[in-house]
Amino acid sequence: MMEHVPNEHGRFGDFGGKFVPETLMLPLEEIETELDKALADESFRQEYIRILQHYSGRPTPLTFAPNLTRQLGGAKIYLKREDLNHTGAHKINNAIGQALLAKRMGKKKLIAETGAGQHGVAAATVAAHFGMECIVFMGEEDMKRQELNVFRMKLLGAEVVPVLSGNRTLKDATNEAIRYWVAHCDDHFYMIGSVVGPHPYPKMVREFQRVIGDEAKEQFLAGEGTLPDVIVACVGGGSNAIGMFYPFLQDDVRLVGVEAAGKGIDTPHHAATIAKGTKGVIHGAMTYLLQDEYGQIIEPYSISAGLDYPGVGPEHAYLASIGRVRYESVTDEEAVAAFQLLAQTEGIIPAIESAHAVAKAVELARQMTPDETVLICLSGRGDKDVQMMMHHLGVKEGEDVASAR
Amino acid sequence: MRLPVNRSLFIPFIVAGDPSADLTVDLALALQDAGADVLELGVPYSDPLADGPTIQRAAARALAGQMTLPKAIQLVADMRKKGVKIPIIIFTYYNPVLQLGEESFFALAQENGADGVLIPDLPFEESGPLLELSERFGLPLISLVAPTSKQRIEQIASAAQGFLYCVSSLGVTGVRETLPESLGHFLGEVKRHSRVPVVVGFGISTPEQVAMLKDACDGVVVGSALVQKIEQLLERLQTSEEKNAAIAEFASYARSLAAPLREPCSSR
Repeated sequence: MMEHVPNEHGRFGDFGGKFVPETLMLPLEEIETELDKALADESFRQEYIRILQHYSGRPTPLTFAPNLTRQLGGAKIYLKREDLNHTGAHKINNAIGQALLAKRMGKKKLIAETGAGQHGVAAATVAAHFGMECIVFMGEEDMKRQELNVFRMKLLGAEVVPVLSGNRTLKDATNEAIRYWVAHCDDHFYMIGSVVGPHPYPKMVREFQRVIGDEAKEQFLAGEGTLPDVIVACVGGGSNAIGMFYPFLQDDVRLVGVEAAGKGIDTPHHAATIAKGTKGVIHGAMTYLLQDEYGQIIEPYSISAGLDYPGVGPEHAYLASIGRVRYESVTDEEAVAAFQLLAQTEGIIPAIESAHAVAKAVELARQMTPDETVLICLSGRGDKDVQMMMHHLGVKEGEDVASAR
Repeated sequence: MRLPVNRSLFIPFIVAGDPSADLTVDLALALQDAGADVLELGVPYSDPLADGPTIQRAAARALAGQMTLPKAIQLVADMRKKGVKIPIIIFTYYNPVLQLGEESFFALAQENGADGVLIPDLPFEESGPLLELSERFGLPLISLVAPTSKQRIEQIASAAQGFLYCVSSLGVTGVRETLPESLGHFLGEVKRHSRVPVVVGFGISTPEQVAMLKDACDGVVVGSALVQKIEQLLERLQTSEEKNAAIAEFASYARSLAAPLREPCSSR
């Protein structure tokens, strides 16, 4: 059943589709046609894998977490180390794939949106690598919060355009990127950063992120001789989660997606789209989203800029609706605690996004037995969050971190 | 929808609730007096993907005043009461329609005297269920074609109802200084396939542009230029002693845009 999604209309069950202005229908069709050709073309695949290996450093390791496992006294915990990718997160897998497709289509100008700046950095990086131009749309508010990433993108040669509409965050940056694409679709390629947007983007990004799950499956089988019992990944738009889950959908493995509960899902300050959202259309796709009773989109909140999105990939909406993946949520405070826990037990500082997955995995592992296993998709590293964490924990210069809290 | 024949259509667009529900009714009347043939009533949306900054700001103003899709549709009934007789098209993004319920949307639109609907983020391929409702309620679902539509033009044009809306150039709504040279060819192509009037919009903001397009199509849609005018007049529109003069200024501006359409037969 699930092998057939999306169907020819780009639908995952009721979700997905192409809800875009007429101007974009042809560009989307062109991408779809070329994507299908590329995916069927062995030389495209080999080139993609070659760049992943020699430029991004894949395969990323599968790391057993002995100290954390011992401390929890439950299931064995493994980490899929997407944090060790070039540029520090899984985002590069997709950026390389889409840049190769853009090149194949003869497009030399990339458009990207970014929230925290991770996808923007990945897009700017591949643009430099492939000798392309890159224009990144970023909410003015996010630019203030992620000053360092803005500078990284500029160092890489990208143009960063501040977005002043709406709340000036990821949703608005995505709107503006799409508007820019509408005006420049004749010679620009829109490189979307997650499994969101109109068909074929959710499928395309999945295909360029499934390398996470394909590798993890092989590595886990080689190391453990079996599949993990549970896999946990964080979900904003949901690209690392789909990449990890997709190759396991047909297997007897519990899959858990973790949304950002912010200050709590019973407060107005969260980004738990599947838990609290309703069906609707955002950025060209039918999915779950945070909206008011009149269909106006509500701004989400999370400590993590990467999970701070009012929609979710349509394939996640579908997987939730058929019950194949369970979606749970983790608050800011739980994520911060998990961030510190992983740093102190394993010497690995996770991205605050990935720390949401760690928090849920810790909770689940505690209730499991030592002969069971939990695999966490550690989607990115936390270097980008160190400053925010210092601020959040109220640590002053020269003070001992351990004494904070 | 009854459209005047043998007359180039002047189709203004304003946003419901910009700057208030009452003023939207007044502005609609002013547009009718200025010679509008059809009114496009825009429903404000938080994330208008097809709109540029001018209409985004108008939507933000209207949303700040608590405008909603049901309230915007009810404004049509108010307009009818005040004497607006021209056809009114509800222009709304798809998500508010989904939340209201597609059938309730058409029922409400019909009940309040609207004449058609236009949903800019609902392309032909996704419009199946709405086309059926549109037929049942007798409210045409206006289609758009864009310069990128190419081989899709024939399919869209042959199914078009009411009138067919041509997007002048790549990009979102907003005033443009120049229109593409290829526009005439594009309009000709669309006209060849269409059984309904072919109108052009996106970026049309001066009487010169209107004059230039007049013979190449059956009418023009003017949105951002009028919304910009409303923005300039905001303060005066909301001051009781200046309101009427501001509305008159708005009407005269609209009339100046429509004027080239009313000149007798121009030679090409």
